Amino acid sequence: MSALRILVPVKRVIDYAVKPRVNKAQTAIETNGVKHSMNPFDELSIEESVRIREKKSAPGGVEEILAFSAGPTKSQDILRTAMAMGADRSLLVEMKDGEDLEPLGVAKLLQKVVEKEKSNLVFLGKQSIDDDAGQTGQMLAGLLGWSQATQASKVEFKDGDIVEVTKEVDGGTDVVRGKLPMVITTDLRLNEPRYASLQSIMKAKKKKLEKSTLGDWGVDGTKRVKTLKVIEPPPRQGGGKVDDVDGMISKLKELGAL
Amino acid sequence: MLSRAGHSILRQARTQLRTQAGPTPVASLSALARLLSSLAVLEQKEGKLNHGSLGAVTAAKKLGGSITAFIAGGNIKSVAEEAAKVAGIEKIIAVDNSAYDKGLPENYAPLLVENIKKGGFTHIIAGHTAFGKNLLPRVAALLDVQQISDITGIENENTFVRPIYAGNAIATVESSDEIKIITIRGTAFAAAAAEGGSASIEEGVDPKIESHTEWVSEDLAKSDRPDLATAGKVVSGGRGLKSKEEFDRIMLPLADALGAAIGASRAAVDSGYADNSLQVGQTGKVVAPQLYLCAGISGAIQHLAGMKDSKVIAAINKDADAPIFQVADVGLVGDLFDKVPELTEKLKK
Repeated sequence: MSALRILVPVKRVIDYAVKPRVNKAQTAIETNGVKHSMNPFDELSIEESVRIREKKSAPGGVEEILAFSAGPTKSQDILRTAMAMGADRSLLVEMKDGEDLEPLGVAKLLQKVVEKEKSNLVFLGKQSIDDDAGQTGQMLAGLLGWSQATQASKVEFKDGDIVEVTKEVDGGTDVVRGKLPMVITTDLRLNEPRYASLQSIMKAKKKKLEKSTLGDWGVDGTKRVKTLKVIEPPPRQGGGKVDDVDGMISKLKELGAL
Repeated sequence: MLSRAGHSILRQARTQLRTQAGPTPVASLSALARLLSSLAVLEQKEGKLNHGSLGAVTAAKKLGGSITAFIAGGNIKSVAEEAAKVAGIEKIIAVDNSAYDKGLPENYAPLLVENIKKGGFTHIIAGHTAFGKNLLPRVAALLDVQQISDITGIENENTFVRPIYAGNAIATVESSDEIKIITIRGTAFAAAAAEGGSASIEEGVDPKIESHTEWVSEDLAKSDRPDLATAGKVVSGGRGLKSKEEFDRIMLPLADALGAAIGASRAAVDSGYADNSLQVGQTGKVVAPQLYLCAGISGAIQHLAGMKDSKVIAAINKDADAPIFQVADVGLVGDLFDKVPELTEKLKK
């Protein structure tokens, strides 16, 4: 089996526990002064890659785990986290403030990275919790012409470059068998990401973080989809509380729900 | 075909006039010249049409223009005939080949691309289901299009509404791509009526691309209860249930008493109280039933993302400050181990 050269794209997003607020101009979500973290699904990708190395579960072994991000300079913080969790080195495509890429742009950029770095396995989160698009992994697999397995809850390596993936689907799970090179997107059930220890955080500071720009990769970042407006959803009014079960039943009847 | 085309031009022209109340600008002439024609990608399983996927037809109707539906799989004839009866569809493109039975995107995406190119469709629509989520982005990449995921509204042929940040914000977005590739939120577009139509059935092109991926097996939770995503009533349990045994003992009878589907919070799923496929929330199912009755769920934003469009929300929780009470139409503060069985008993009467 080929040795794995794993690429893990990670995205810096508003922390999942923060309630996002729409800005005054109603053009976007307010990001200034808001806590950011690594997209939770991307943590799962890093964790899975590191576990494959630690558990020696791939017959050909793991040659390298490369973390990647495209975003503002601050994205280097989450790349450091990825390296503290066990990634060997990282690449940052630095973008100006207010500049970002659509999933198609990210997929095109990742295609170039895969080609340059000779990656043969790409682990991505199934979606980023800001845009909720859920597209990048599938788009990358399409551009590369590779096998894809989305929403993985279990990944097993077999001889002959075969990868068997259990996927979360509507109503249960599905098992598919792909062959390296391959793109896999992670679902919450895949693993439980570790916390980086202080020692590993210190070590990660010495790991290599290489910076480049979109122009260096020859990728056009022009957007196809323009956001015209962002608004808060209509607020729901809590209807107040009832004292007992009978009160609940009569209120539900009154509301026509029973 | 010609008369139909003329019809839709007229309709578009009329809409333009109505909305702009002035002379039609020259720029919109090109929009008039380019006819809108949608392809609704339908789902089938083991020779049965998935009626949930008919929401794509409803979305196509909102766009206006002609509607074609696409279906592929082994022995597809009866499914195609069933789909042909769906109101609003002009034509069914059917591809009979069992290689497409499992909807593997490695061969299904090139298949769709060939048929999209041949048919010259302007809008490709599928459900934001496991099938659509897996397949459409690959199709979009092959066509060099930026897909628009999980839309809840259509403003016009280029402009769509979709929730972002777990439903905490609603974005209106405009696509400049020649072809629009869209997945739709099922709860926002009800399935089109399965009767009343009489579409023609045409054989699609089949590029017969070898899939790099092999389908091995599936393990689907079997249940006599209504399907979670489309149920009229949903009862949902959270971490407060404490164990799988208690979840089953408390929640199942309540679901039976109401004829409701069962859902769960991520905490309940992660703790093994309920199956993964029952998770309601940003990363699970999105539901919008008439009644969403939950017990032992605090109401984290990721959970609210999956249920806050429910018509009526009722909550039982022992913590009076739980965020769920801010959205619940009816809240009851109390121990669910007392209140839920009492509710179940009283509902049975």
